[in-house]
Amino acid sequence: MLMMSMDKIDELFALIAQNQALYIPADNKDGAAEYTRWSEGVKYSSALNTVRSAKDFFFPQTENLVDFKMEGKNIEIIDIREEAEDFVLFGVRACDAKSFAILDSVYLTDPVDSYYKTRREHGTVITMVCNKPSETCFCSTFGIDASQPGGDVECSSDGNNLYFEAKTEKGKAFIETISSLLTEGDASGAEAVKAKTKEILAKLPLSGLSTEAFGGDKLNEHFNSEKWASLSEACLGCGTCTFVCPTCQCYDIRDFDTGHGIKRYRCWDSCMYSDFTKMAHGNPRLSQLERFRQRFMHKLVYYPANNNGEFGCVGCGRCLAKCPISMNIVKVMKALEVK
Amino acid sequence: MQVNENKDFEPVIVAFCCNWCSYAGADLSGTNRLNYPANVKIIRVPCSCRVNPMFILRAFQKGADGVIMCGCHPGDCHYTSGNYYARRRMTLLFSMLDYLGIERDRTRVEWVSAAEGAKFAATMNEFVESVKKLGKNRRLEDLRCRKQ
Amino acid sequence: MQKAIIEKAKELLAAGTVNRVMGWKKGDFAYDSTPAVFYNAEEIDSEFVYDEFTASNVSKYLIKESQKEGKILVFLKPCDTYSFNQLIKEHRINRENVYVAGIQCDGKLDIEKFRTKGISGIQSITNNNGTLTVETIYGTETVSAADVIAERCLSCKSKKHVAYDELIGEDGEVIDSNRFDMVEQLENMSAEERYDFWRSQLSKCIRCNACRNVCPACSCENCVFDNPGSGISNKAAADSFEENMFHIIRAFHVAGRCTDCGECSRVCPQNIPLHLLNRKFIKDINELYGDYQAGEDTDSRAPLTNYRQEDCEPSVVHERGVE
Repeated sequence: MLMMSMDKIDELFALIAQNQALYIPADNKDGAAEYTRWSEGVKYSSALNTVRSAKDFFFPQTENLVDFKMEGKNIEIIDIREEAEDFVLFGVRACDAKSFAILDSVYLTDPVDSYYKTRREHGTVITMVCNKPSETCFCSTFGIDASQPGGDVECSSDGNNLYFEAKTEKGKAFIETISSLLTEGDASGAEAVKAKTKEILAKLPLSGLSTEAFGGDKLNEHFNSEKWASLSEACLGCGTCTFVCPTCQCYDIRDFDTGHGIKRYRCWDSCMYSDFTKMAHGNPRLSQLERFRQRFMHKLVYYPANNNGEFGCVGCGRCLAKCPISMNIVKVMKALEVK
Repeated sequence: MQVNENKDFEPVIVAFCCNWCSYAGADLSGTNRLNYPANVKIIRVPCSCRVNPMFILRAFQKGADGVIMCGCHPGDCHYTSGNYYARRRMTLLFSMLDYLGIERDRTRVEWVSAAEGAKFAATMNEFVESVKKLGKNRRLEDLRCRKQ
Repeated sequence: MQKAIIEKAKELLAAGTVNRVMGWKKGDFAYDSTPAVFYNAEEIDSEFVYDEFTASNVSKYLIKESQKEGKILVFLKPCDTYSFNQLIKEHRINRENVYVAGIQCDGKLDIEKFRTKGISGIQSITNNNGTLTVETIYGTETVSAADVIAERCLSCKSKKHVAYDELIGEDGEVIDSNRFDMVEQLENMSAEERYDFWRSQLSKCIRCNACRNVCPACSCENCVFDNPGSGISNKAAADSFEENMFHIIRAFHVAGRCTDCGECSRVCPQNIPLHLLNRKFIKDINELYGDYQAGEDTDSRAPLTNYRQEDCEPSVVHERGVE
């Protein structure tokens, strides 16, 4: 197994950054981790996860699609896409790595979203095994193994050494570019890290959470459940859960009048917002109950119905940590599974 | 403080003028053939109290380098008290902009009556000069609206 | 405290004084309670919670609840009673349908502060006279409550209940707090430094609208930022102007009505100190138009719907402070 001393991590970053943009989780001034473009002096954060998910890199919160210029009766359409740069995303956790597969199934199936596709092609994902999962973690509920995060290259660290394992062709090619820093070593170190992670995962308070009551065929069972009323009554209708979520993929397309032209852009939308899916005829979901239900039904029923039983949640726990009123998918699942 | 190096810089100034006083004041300065800079774009409002804080921000967004609001002298409001409310509102808004680090000389309130054509012209000349010194509005700019 | 509250809730339900109770419902962990309405004694016995983590200001829910049939019992902390009064003043709550029990508050704890200390895998938290024992799957940690108290409670403005039908626990006093210290610090910085400070903070905004939606003063049926006809509706912080615009207007729309309950900063997922914007308005109002505390009463005129002939001119902004 390929390995490297953790002391050399800054050297590793410098080497990667020579060829392409590198993003790593780093602590900001408030002590919260966020993906930061690496430059000399940016330190890798050992935090369990970033506040915002890694989906921004492939599906940014706002993105300009096209510009229009109008002169008299002529409309000129300007393609504003620029040459995308290659980038490396370092330290992605298993949950976020899985979220890319979920986004892929939305954006890379026909009709393919070329903006998303370009970014995916230019990005290399280097994952990291979790050493200290939190009480809010429940990735195992959705069949994700935090000790085997996947991605293009899978890393694990025991504090002293960093272990590397290429998972894809892209990953193999990447390993080539950093081989000068790596040495061939015993695989037992990495195995020990993974075994320890597995042991912790089993002890997590939410480890027993099951998806048995959910899936594509459970529509009628849950849609008219009377529990939605009490579950949604405290919901503020803010977009926190959807905006920190690594798998939420809804967007809105809007035009911005610059005074001398139009910029058509898309931005994340949230099913919690009052104007979600508002159309010319009105809004099909008029109450917060309906919008709230949409979010959870989408992740637990509609998405699996359309994607061979895969769920639309990866159990990263961000919404558990950030919801202003602490209502979240775990509470919803626990309430709905009781008959 | 930011000092503008570009001597040719011509700022865009938006002036919100009350229909009953300063708008007529601007008219009077014109009929009296007094000069005030062409940089000033006047927007007529029914009363200074009609000016929503959002108007000020929107003016900056769409390319203004300075925004001035003109109304009737306190006590002379056509609607009795509109300018008194406007006065409090603008004081708090300008103070907030200052708090966020936006140059304080980019905003101003001036009371100009319909008879004060000369004051209108003088105020505008003075305001344009002071904004010229600050240069282009960068801190409260919407990059999407910048003309290439 | 929780015991007394639960007793009171059951007593008023049994007596028929109220037909439901607004409070907080236990979560999965030690800290994640959710505001909830309870309809009977069984629910209250099994799920009602009041502790150091029940931080939500539930007064805003009364806008909807007080329009419903029957009277609702609500438990309000001192700072919540100010929000409640302000909503009464704005005719948003039907007072007749609400029974307010004021409850004593000794400050709330902020779970984020535990997390920044590196505490993870929390299983339980027990408070022993200000010393917290945190059981985690990685072992036991001891934390002083003073180190993890919520930011807003560090500069608590009042322990006094300004509206209630009944009190549980002690009523306190208005506190001569240090809540304007940070505003003053910012005022004393140069414009350049202030600009950098706010840029670094507001650029974190993800425009989730949590600050707006949780705010008891933000009670418009249709917010200007959600109204496509307003020309400024937007769902994302598309650029720096949008970030500034949203936060200036959000704070401005509640100027003179904001009671400084601190919910905006509590709920911000990016930890932006939004209360510093609201407090700037409060400080300016106090200094320029005389001391005013929103929510203190239900009949005074708010500073922005009021004026004096001798009010200062807007040029006062140019004359004071640091440029």
